[in-house]
Amino acid sequence: MIKLIAQRLAASALILLGVAAITFVLLYLLPADPAVNLAGRSATAQTVANIRHELGLDQPLLTQFLHYLGNLAQGNLGRSYTQKTEVVTLILARLPATLILMAAGIAVEVALGLIFGVIAALNRGGPVDRLVMAACFVGVSAPQFVVALLLLYVFALMLGWFPMSGFGTAAHVVLPALTLGVLGAGWYARMVRSAMIDVLNQDYVRTARAKGISERRVIFRHALPNALLPIIAMIGIDIGQFMSGVVVVEAVYGWPGIGQLVWQAIQQVDLPIIMGVTLVSAFAIVAGNLIADLVAPLIDPRIRAR
Amino acid sequence: MRVLREIARRPTALFGLAVVLTVVVAAIGAPLLAPFSPSEQLFDGLTLEGAPIPPDATYLLGTDALGRDLLSRLLYGARTSLIIGLVANGTAVAIGLFVGMTAGYLRGAVGNAMMRFTDLMMAFPALLLAIVLAAIFRPSLWIVAMVIAMVNWVQVARIVYTETRGLVERDFILAERSLGAGHGRIIFLHILPHLMPTAIVWGTLGIATTVLLEATLSFLGIGVQPPEPSWGNIIFESQSFFSGAPWLVFFPGIAILLTALSFNLVGDALRDIFDPTQRGRM
Repeated sequence: MIKLIAQRLAASALILLGVAAITFVLLYLLPADPAVNLAGRSATAQTVANIRHELGLDQPLLTQFLHYLGNLAQGNLGRSYTQKTEVVTLILARLPATLILMAAGIAVEVALGLIFGVIAALNRGGPVDRLVMAACFVGVSAPQFVVALLLLYVFALMLGWFPMSGFGTAAHVVLPALTLGVLGAGWYARMVRSAMIDVLNQDYVRTARAKGISERRVIFRHALPNALLPIIAMIGIDIGQFMSGVVVVEAVYGWPGIGQLVWQAIQQVDLPIIMGVTLVSAFAIVAGNLIADLVAPLIDPRIRAR
Repeated sequence: MRVLREIARRPTALFGLAVVLTVVVAAIGAPLLAPFSPSEQLFDGLTLEGAPIPPDATYLLGTDALGRDLLSRLLYGARTSLIIGLVANGTAVAIGLFVGMTAGYLRGAVGNAMMRFTDLMMAFPALLLAIVLAAIFRPSLWIVAMVIAMVNWVQVARIVYTETRGLVERDFILAERSLGAGHGRIIFLHILPHLMPTAIVWGTLGIATTVLLEATLSFLGIGVQPPEPSWGNIIFESQSFFSGAPWLVFFPGIAILLTALSFNLVGDALRDIFDPTQRGRM
């Protein structure tokens, strides 16, 4: 087990290094020049050259990358070009807002997914099942920004129940979390449904029923816990997806998280911030997958035995 | 034929196919079907106060903030969505097939290296990568298509890899090999045909993802650039008017949703038809 964990950790570190290298090359080879952007339109060639030198952009790519890695090893993501602040500080300041949104979004997703997945599985093949599955398809096919705008229109503009945008109170988190959660719930519901159907066909469920245990107890005590395993794996994967998927939702709702931070940075060609957020997101994806793999055997002894 | 008959037996798939065909007809026939030019700022296309006109008898879906007919723009927008859907997703499936098949057939060091690279790509925050690339390159239809292809091929590669590895172990491949068939012959004549169902299913499902991604990039203003109409950039342009003119968000939104939904429904049905053991799965 420990050997396995060590192997996975080493592989994860290598993957992150690869992500860093690819992002670095992509960003620094792209046509947009941050120095020109910083210097402004009326700057002379000399000013641009000075800025480029100051930022170290006139060095060979490999030198720049090794320098970046050296800093990274010390937990330093460099300084923002436009905000003149450490990228680590900027990201840490924005991370809590994104984490709150992520937690709320995942909570909505999992709650809706569990409820509708179980309902569909118990009515397998019937009209309720078909209806739920059709709704799931609509959910996973809906464009996030359209749902965000529609929720805003109905619940903020027409009904006035929730604020249009911003951050601070619990009311602010409702619409963004619903936007994220309603769409993702479709995947969860489908997964819960198929896991539940598998479990309900198992011998031990039949035994439980044969013993005369109430149907409610069979479902919630015997069947559901075993159907939860894929859900836990999915939450792990979701954590990573959320970190990069919040850009749109944060843009629509003016949510001050890392999505908004990177969106502003993209427009200003602030490469260190883009690099930093990409790395943090990649880290979240790798960590989420790792957690999913490592938690599964803790919960399910059958996997441990393998 | 069998596939069509199977689809006809499923109401949801039939609905999906009908919508897909409608979108195709709209895209191809846009010049004939559109009541106005998509880019013309119509003389009476705004109210006296200069606001967009709500849906009425002349402008069936209303006009936008510049006095252009929304229905005409949506019809031409279908072209954008389909072109990007086909080009971007076609490229993604082709890359995925190539990488997955090569890695699965060769295995060894080369195959391993290729699959480790897909692992790496899986760890990339895909949407973020697409946004960064689209924003920093000069955006155009083709750049958007290439950016989407770059982030979408990975999943196909992994599935094709798993299938190819299974195929390579089968007896008929061994038989071919002992008869002296070359690698090219085995790959193209004996492995590729077995991968076609997967390619078709992902070719269909992937269009839904692609349409959504294009709309998202265009909505952020870094996808297809106005005045060229795309469903995403119609919403991008109309965002600030949406309290007074919600139809400008509503109709393109419905178009995106219905198109993505239909490709998903058809793709899901195709997967069921080709592989009944996967029925009702993810």
